Amino acid sequence: MALQEKLTKTAALTGNEAAAQAMRQIHPDVVAAYPITPQTEIVQLYSTFVNDGIVHTEYVAVESEHSALSATIGAAAAGARSMTATSSNGLAYMWEMLYIAAGLRLPIVMPVVNRALSGPINIHCDHSDTMGARDAGWIQIYSENAQEMYDNLIQAVRIAENPDIMLPVMVTMDGFIISHGMENVELLPDRAVEEFIGEYRYPYALLDIENPRTIGPLTLQDFYFEHKRAQADAVVKAKTVILKVGEEYGQLTDRSYELIESYRMEDAEYALVVLGSTAGTAKYVIDELRQDGEKYGLVKIRVCRPFPAVRLGEVLSRVTAVGVMDRADSFSGEGGPIFAEVRAALYGVSHRPHCINYIYGLGGRDIGPDLIRSAALDIKSLKDGSESDSLVRYLGVRE
Amino acid sequence: MTNMLEIRWHGRGGQGAKTAALLLAEAAAAAGKHVQAFPEYGPERMGAPVVSYNRISDTPITLHSAVLSPGYVAVLDPTFIGSIDFTAGMPENGALLVNTDTPALQLRERLGLQNDSIKVYTIDATGISEANIGRPIPNTSMLGAMVAVAQVMELDDLLQDTERRLEKKFHDRPRLIQGNLAAITQAYKEVECR
Repeated sequence: MALQEKLTKTAALTGNEAAAQAMRQIHPDVVAAYPITPQTEIVQLYSTFVNDGIVHTEYVAVESEHSALSATIGAAAAGARSMTATSSNGLAYMWEMLYIAAGLRLPIVMPVVNRALSGPINIHCDHSDTMGARDAGWIQIYSENAQEMYDNLIQAVRIAENPDIMLPVMVTMDGFIISHGMENVELLPDRAVEEFIGEYRYPYALLDIENPRTIGPLTLQDFYFEHKRAQADAVVKAKTVILKVGEEYGQLTDRSYELIESYRMEDAEYALVVLGSTAGTAKYVIDELRQDGEKYGLVKIRVCRPFPAVRLGEVLSRVTAVGVMDRADSFSGEGGPIFAEVRAALYGVSHRPHCINYIYGLGGRDIGPDLIRSAALDIKSLKDGSESDSLVRYLGVRE
Repeated sequence: MTNMLEIRWHGRGGQGAKTAALLLAEAAAAAGKHVQAFPEYGPERMGAPVVSYNRISDTPITLHSAVLSPGYVAVLDPTFIGSIDFTAGMPENGALLVNTDTPALQLRERLGLQNDSIKVYTIDATGISEANIGRPIPNTSMLGAMVAVAQVMELDDLLQDTERRLEKKFHDRPRLIQGNLAAITQAYKEVECR
């Protein structure tokens, strides 16, 4: 215990402060960023660290998010450890550059503070921004609280820069709920983070003038497909790397991480699938239901890209019914993005549970224990055939 | 979770309701508690009504939803009386702390409180702040009073941590630090209950 105290420091920090502290300890060579609510505080704090000489990062104040990611891509290709951060419409404005960062296999780490996309304009949390970017080729890690945001950012560096992976990683937290909420956070000593992430050596640096290279040239019918095939292969390999890094991080902090978190699933008959801050509130509800003798469990999706389909199939094939909670609609007419993917993951299992969708919390609409409990009790009433009337249900909305 | 404190702060933009919640969370965390502090973000303007919240517990807090039934409510601006229902969602035996120079008994009547189980505490936080800091910013005085009312922690622990926070913010203005600490102490001691 005494050793633990010496090694770590507990502080009360907002999610944004925790993210800025992680960035300070990661100490990237270049940060290029543009402020947007609710991410602003991260880059504001980071620019203060630069101004005060606490970090020796080249800080590039750009005029838009498109430029922020473009400059970050340029710096990463030159061989610098590079980061940026954004939210919502800022992420949308990065759109074409997201695919370029991934296609060029640049290990950029980017905090994204989840905020609803316009319109109508809204500054509060939902997952429409990053869910829309889920096929851009980035690894996506979702955080439940400020501690996880900090932990995930540090792990993301190791994941992104692994020579077998070389992919950009976005690490998300829920806007305002986590970004502006203060909680207890355990920080590692600077030195421990430095050692954990290791020295950065980008093997294909443009500034390595002894070994001149071309990055991002035109590839047509001849090679484009091979690039994409290799990219797809790296995403699959990322699962193993994410697990290895999560385990190693656990040895350092007593907080190990997997692709998903199973909460009270051992003997569960019913399960909710959730990601982000709502997983915490749902754990509170699961505890209450368990006290009443109801066999409920929770599966939190931490890593959404690569999608942990096999793990979800293993865990969920043991239950009778699953409620998948989506904080975004995909407007397919068939429910939210996580619902579609969880259902697909269940197609191959021998025992398929009932599976329905709850869309909730759009634009920051509060999602409290009562609403989650109502969804949990709702899935208990599912019987064969009962799903056909309404597979997709909306929680806490005026109809 | 039964021993979890939930607090709601009502103020106007600029009075420091958000800062009060943050300072309380930081001090309680330093005293070994699990904490949350979060403001309710709407259109932010100087003078507009703002609300912020705390959760404080001896065990980890996983809830990430709004505080709907706070056991403690602090009102930083007495001019809200009559226009905002501070007691909304308050459970039996809740405690309402109001910044006012009106005696608690009189305030109780003015509020027309139906629920007898809600305790009403008053403190002239604006007066205390003006006397000690030279400014009518009532948040640190209200913080001191709230810590006394909700028995969050010892006064010394609160002063020690708050001094550290204020040193960062006002490192070039030491008189502001001492003034705020004096205001916290006075409010902690003088808060009146009816």
